[in-house]
Amino acid sequence: MNTKPPLSPIKTIEFRDVLFHINVIPSRVIVSGISLEILHGETLVLLGRSGSGKTTLLRLMNGMLLPSEGKVLVQGRSTAAWDPIRLRRGMGYVIQDAGLFPHFTVAENVALIPTLENWDAPRTASRIQEMLRLVGLDPSEFAHRRPRELSGGQRQRVGVARALAADPPILLMDEPFGALDPVTRAELQREFSALARRLGKTIVFVTHDLREALLLASRIVLLEAGRIVASATPQEFLRLDHPEVRAFTSSLAITPGASA
Amino acid sequence: MSPQMTAWSFFADHRAEILGATLDHLVLVVIAMIIAILIGVPLGMFIVQRPALRAIALGIASVFQTIPSLALFGFLIPIPFIGGIGKRTAIVALVLYALLPILRNTYVGLTGIDPAVLEAAEAMGMTRAQILFRVRFPLALAVILAGIRTATIITIGVATIAAAIGAGGLGTFIFRGVALVSDALILAGAIPAALLALLADFLLGLLERRLKVS
Repeated sequence: MNTKPPLSPIKTIEFRDVLFHINVIPSRVIVSGISLEILHGETLVLLGRSGSGKTTLLRLMNGMLLPSEGKVLVQGRSTAAWDPIRLRRGMGYVIQDAGLFPHFTVAENVALIPTLENWDAPRTASRIQEMLRLVGLDPSEFAHRRPRELSGGQRQRVGVARALAADPPILLMDEPFGALDPVTRAELQREFSALARRLGKTIVFVTHDLREALLLASRIVLLEAGRIVASATPQEFLRLDHPEVRAFTSSLAITPGASA
Repeated sequence: MSPQMTAWSFFADHRAEILGATLDHLVLVVIAMIIAILIGVPLGMFIVQRPALRAIALGIASVFQTIPSLALFGFLIPIPFIGGIGKRTAIVALVLYALLPILRNTYVGLTGIDPAVLEAAEAMGMTRAQILFRVRFPLALAVILAGIRTATIITIGVATIAAAIGAGGLGTFIFRGVALVSDALILAGAIPAALLALLADFLLGLLERRLKVS
């Protein structure tokens, strides 16, 4: 782990002119010309329509995909040079359907990485309690439930607790609140936004929802057809003059009673 | 005397013999099933990792299923080491029959898992072996067991034919009954075999329901 004090901003993740294509014939380019620096402690939101390459960038960060050209560096080392298991253990991962293990209890799900890392039982047990409280679930009520006995929102909370359990410096989130009803989604967004500020982790968050991006991001990176077309703070982002930015901002502009 | 009466009195007179044949039958089935599970389940786990071998393994297992059982027993007799007359040949044939349901269900169970679960497992940094043994296998267990249940019922039935090559078991009564045109003898083989199949189906069904994870 990087123990240098953050005198200058530390590049936690860096893309150097990355291209990724699938090896079908003819080969299909998914993302190209990607150069991006993700700094220590920032919450970077990758925004884009479906199929714009957001998830591909996320999967290039944790080595589930390796770049066809260029390099992805995590803490200064190329993902191709990392042991993929060690790389991923340092990155919490939360996805849309939570992906909780149905045969594990909530506690066992949260304890996944600590168990794989051979933490001793008391440390794991206290960590489970701590993590469940962190995501607003009462351990005495939820620890022994199975995922099927939870609501969608509760499942996502457990997903976040599981991702944070081994205290990874980086958190990757792929539309984690995308499948929730609007009320629950807003609730989790607000809570997560507060949590993210408190945790001080480097967070990469994928979404197609501009509202969510504006709420959570310290920086928004907009993707269109596999390329980065804008990178700005939420305040700056709304003022950018790019057709794809306008396409997204106009999606916000629908208010009741307003004419289209 | 009515045929039922002859059957009942035959059963009563030959209790010990019928029980002995039932136990012989059960031993054949259990040995064959243990071998078939020991081959089928690991092979199923293996072909999940090697898609190229999947079609070949499932294809070969399917071919054995299509060979009529009596013919399969016949084919095996002249083969050295595994062939000949007796229990060993019968067990080989029963294993070949039981293989397909076990292999196919193992494969289907291991591959039919929610992709979100597998993606999370991989992204959280589980190794391939950890994903196989801690995620895929426990989640596939009910489906694998359903395959074992089907295979067991098939094997109990097919094992009656093993008597044709001198393997003993309940088929002995059936073949003798056919030769002597005796309903009582046929039933003395068929009824215990049917009861065994029902019992196995019931017990394995109970186990399967307990292992099911929704």
